[in-house]
Amino acid sequence: MIRYSFAPRSLLLAGAFFGAFTLGAAAQQPAAPPASGAAPAAAPALPPGSPLIGRPDNEAAAKLAPVAPPPIPASSDKLPLAKLKVPAGFNVEVYAAGMANARSMALGDKGTVFVGSRLVDKVYAIVNKDGKRSVKVLASGLYRPNGVAFKDGTLYIAELSQISKIDKVEDILDNPPKPTVIYDKLPKDEAHGWKFIAIGPDNKLYVPVGQPGNNVLHDADHGQIRRINLDGSGAEVYALGVRNSVGFDWNPETRQMYFTDNGRDWLSETVPEDELNRVTKAGEDFGAPFCYQGNIIDQELGWGKSCKDYTPPVGLMGPHTASLGMRFYTGSQFPKSYKNAIFVARHGSWNKTQKQGGDVAVVKLNKDGTVKSVEPFLTGFLQDNKYVGRPVDVMLLKDGSLLVSDDWNGAVYRVSYGKPKVADK
Amino acid sequence: MRYLALAILTFAPVALSANAETIQERAAPCFACHGEHGTSETENTPSLGGQQAPYALIQLFMFREKLRTFEPMNEMAKPLTDDDLRTFSDFIATLPKPAPPADAGDPARMARGQALAQQNRCNTCHNTDFSGKENVPRIANQREDYLAKTLAEYKDNSRHGYDATMADVMQTVNKGQIADLAYYIARVR
Repeated sequence: MIRYSFAPRSLLLAGAFFGAFTLGAAAQQPAAPPASGAAPAAAPALPPGSPLIGRPDNEAAAKLAPVAPPPIPASSDKLPLAKLKVPAGFNVEVYAAGMANARSMALGDKGTVFVGSRLVDKVYAIVNKDGKRSVKVLASGLYRPNGVAFKDGTLYIAELSQISKIDKVEDILDNPPKPTVIYDKLPKDEAHGWKFIAIGPDNKLYVPVGQPGNNVLHDADHGQIRRINLDGSGAEVYALGVRNSVGFDWNPETRQMYFTDNGRDWLSETVPEDELNRVTKAGEDFGAPFCYQGNIIDQELGWGKSCKDYTPPVGLMGPHTASLGMRFYTGSQFPKSYKNAIFVARHGSWNKTQKQGGDVAVVKLNKDGTVKSVEPFLTGFLQDNKYVGRPVDVMLLKDGSLLVSDDWNGAVYRVSYGKPKVADK
Repeated sequence: MRYLALAILTFAPVALSANAETIQERAAPCFACHGEHGTSETENTPSLGGQQAPYALIQLFMFREKLRTFEPMNEMAKPLTDDDLRTFSDFIATLPKPAPPADAGDPARMARGQALAQQNRCNTCHNTDFSGKENVPRIANQREDYLAKTLAEYKDNSRHGYDATMADVMQTVNKGQIADLAYYIARVR
């Protein structure tokens, strides 16, 4: 049997960096470095992608494993709407249902909402026509088509290892062609292989390539965010040291990219926290798998490394919370305090005895783009330590209301502010 | 091809099933391949008894949506509604779990298999007695040939899991190890 030993030295280090770091993110809920118990050592013989890498050998840890959603989408009347909570003055309603494993979202110019999926093979279109809303399957037979983005009439779809597009998609919703592949120079790893995509202010498509496992060394094709031209040419690496980003957007004032990144599993119940990062220049390194949350040197891979060699996160999003899709709030429907705040969908933890996340958080920023506060915004998906839904992505509609996708139930909700005004049915 | 013929023979009763039919009657065609009471005696065909209902539901869903490809099952599942899928998966879970084979197995192979199961931490998701939990299947006393075939298919990603877990877990498990794992799990007591 492998014995795991407590590692006081690296904890002290982590603590020292932590003190300095919290000054910069004062309103964060600082999580203590690993407080007690076994620190995982390398677990030999597990494959690189295994979610069990680093799992300490104890009974509580053995109970934790990734949580899979039910395969069949819930019907509208079975959705947990009554359990969902928003701050006073906000309303939440069902926008569309019946889309198995609804994941990332993109908005078309004509109001169509495109929704990707990860565990099924479909991209859906929520079509608004003559005041009526309906769900169509836009494409099927795709492999883990998690990511969608829209620009100038064209829908871009990210599968596990290729990017494709459908031109003038909103004109041909009733008879869409098969997507045309524009870029396929991507690894085929299952672990962290599914993709969120978005188009930046530079008109380039940003494509993350996760690290192929929980906590692994990897080649130069992984652990990064790339950007490519919209025809698939000119690929370049934009950010490094990215473990698994499943959400990003650009600050409307500074045009800097912010992205969420999921921290490693099994380090402890309370750390590392997921990161909210800001890219100030192309080529920055955000530390994974050597440094997590800006102040924890990895106990296996971090020897000889220092966190000060990497860009620290601007915000911490909670341990194992699976912070995924995020967007800046550029609408005008919500109160002024939400202007240019970031909404982040936290899918919720599996690698934690008391589950955490399973909500939409709102991150408010200081003038200089640093984080002022992180607060829960839409909650109730986690009941008695079980999920009744799991948010994946957030997206603004033109009227300033916010859509939230839920892959557990295969549904999209709409959050609005003010007198309950139901979106066109 | 033999399975296909069987499936076509038995397909009609499922497709035409009237609502009045009980689940036992509707499930009768399943047993043609999956064995009486859900303990399979057909090569490469799994026993269903005692299977976790959420796992069975996911598989039936994947067969219907052709996310998991096996033509006879794709055909069988094609006409099923969401409620049908739930009814069948709940029923499957109530069938008696398969019994371990009478022979205890070669001690050396059993020891090798047990060591591999520990090393790869099969118990984390499949439970310490391999009875499975929720979306993770019961594998204890499953048919050895089906276990070996499935592990090999996960390894080369020709069987896509609902999520990516098994594809990743199998990356470093080699052919010989697959044989030992299947041998052990089929006989585990």
